[in-house]
Amino acid sequence: MKLKNVSRYLSPYVYIVPAIAVFVLFLFFPFIKTIYLSLFKTNKMGQAKLFVGGGNYSDLFSSASFFNSLFVTAIFVLIVVSVSMLLGLITAILCNQSFPGIRIFSTAYALPMAIASSSAAMIFKIMLHPTIGIINKLLGLHTNWISDPRYALVCVALLSAWLNSGINFLYFSAGLSNIDNTLYERASVDGANSAQKFFRLTLPGLSPIMFYTLVVNIIQAFQAFGQVKVLTMGGPGESTNLIVYSIYRDAFFNYRFGSAAAQSVILFMVIMILTLCMFHLEKKGVHY
Amino acid sequence: MESVIEMAAKDINSDELENFKKKILKKALFRRRASKLILTILNLFVALFLLLPLLYAVSIAFMPSNELFTTNLNLIPSTPTFNNFRQAMAKIPLKRFIVNSFVVAGFITMGQIISCSLAAFSFSFLDFKGKNVLFMLVMATMMIPGEATIISNYLTVSSLKWLDTYQVLIIPYLTSAMGIFLFRQFYKSFPISLYESARIDGCSNLRFIYSILIPLTKSAIGAMAVYTFINAWNMYLWPLLVTGSDKMRTVQIGIGMLDSVDSQSISMMIAGVVMIIVPSISVFIIGQKQLIRGMFSGAVKG
Repeated sequence: MKLKNVSRYLSPYVYIVPAIAVFVLFLFFPFIKTIYLSLFKTNKMGQAKLFVGGGNYSDLFSSASFFNSLFVTAIFVLIVVSVSMLLGLITAILCNQSFPGIRIFSTAYALPMAIASSSAAMIFKIMLHPTIGIINKLLGLHTNWISDPRYALVCVALLSAWLNSGINFLYFSAGLSNIDNTLYERASVDGANSAQKFFRLTLPGLSPIMFYTLVVNIIQAFQAFGQVKVLTMGGPGESTNLIVYSIYRDAFFNYRFGSAAAQSVILFMVIMILTLCMFHLEKKGVHY
Repeated sequence: MESVIEMAAKDINSDELENFKKKILKKALFRRRASKLILTILNLFVALFLLLPLLYAVSIAFMPSNELFTTNLNLIPSTPTFNNFRQAMAKIPLKRFIVNSFVVAGFITMGQIISCSLAAFSFSFLDFKGKNVLFMLVMATMMIPGEATIISNYLTVSSLKWLDTYQVLIIPYLTSAMGIFLFRQFYKSFPISLYESARIDGCSNLRFIYSILIPLTKSAIGAMAVYTFINAWNMYLWPLLVTGSDKMRTVQIGIGMLDSVDSQSISMMIAGVVMIIVPSISVFIIGQKQLIRGMFSGAVKG
């Protein structure tokens, strides 16, 4: 009888153990370890050797390379988020009314979400090739997109925007289907034109999902890595040295695990602060 | 419109009224058809534009490499060939990479569905101490980006001598907070009395999950499976760090071995890329309906 009680008491925990164990081992523990490492200078094996306190952080904040990386990441995030949300919104609106072939088109618009950043980057590499690439051929130019510091970041950002546009299409489609169709009919009867309907009905109706999509997109854009690694290797110069690529390079090429850990912590803080700010703004601004 | 007709009815006779009505209806029909046509054409353009990278890749994959190097616009191969695919398969152990990716993505998908549904079951049907705190803790993991833990994870697995094995690719990804959240959202729609009456009839917890919850949440499981499989198939940073030999590389890392800009290999590299995109796109196209139904009926509205 007692045994049965014990098992009854314990069984709820048994079901969550597999999930919690993975979280503890590969998320919480390494997260704390990252914070710990960020306070040390490490050897090549990544063992903490010398306690430097905030030393790694103050080194970073006096390094031009790190500020460049933050700056480049900010611009990257701005381009990726605005372009991919715009693409998602346009395609979702195009697929909102029924017409012949709508199923094929909506699959096409969502498709980029199934493609890996690294594979996409290899395709874009050829598309942007200075002599045989289709972009130069279509535009009649001879630009070397990837090795020109003016264009490289924009290229990587547009590639990422394309990749993210697929899931944004799904989010916005779901948002649009939640808007009551009779609202549009009534607006038409009252003589509203399409622009009015778009700004007064569609956009406010989308605002809850718009907010969610914005948060997800920003978090995702900060984590871009594969496309940088394959397309530009952070270059030319450091013009596409996004924060995650910078972490990767510091840790696995320069073996400065402490500095890389400090950058990881900063990345986490930036994402967390942005997310909290947006939730705070959402409480004020978004109407349900 | 009705008020116009009413007003008109006072002044004109019924014949004229009929004609007037017909005219308006015809006009409306025409307008609707025209707008549908415009919409279809617009969609065609946008879809072509957005799919251009993929269509271009497929075209290059079938293009003999001597055709590639012209300054003319050559969108479609004039003599399509499978040669590039054969060469890609010969140059790198692509079959092995594809098998590796299927093993890794398959185990991750299965593992996430099992661990997430078990955890979500406990969080939604059982009562225990610290339930809310634990659930908050699980949700908090969504705030930690994978990149913030990747260095420590790498150091941990290398000290465990796990580098270059299947388990190092699979085990860290065996659960996900999003999955737990998704399943719990679905389970919330079931009345607790369903669980209680099953218990009274002598149904064990595991059997309740197996024969009642899982059949009832097929759409959530389908959505989760599609989403997880695609993400695992497309994983890049982690496999790049923890695999070193040809035996363990996954497709996304292995395909990088074809990456070079010398003239002969461009079409071969794109052929390789096309081959590794096909599985994830197929899973997506087959599972798209499930994915949309599962993700948006429970999660977003809630």
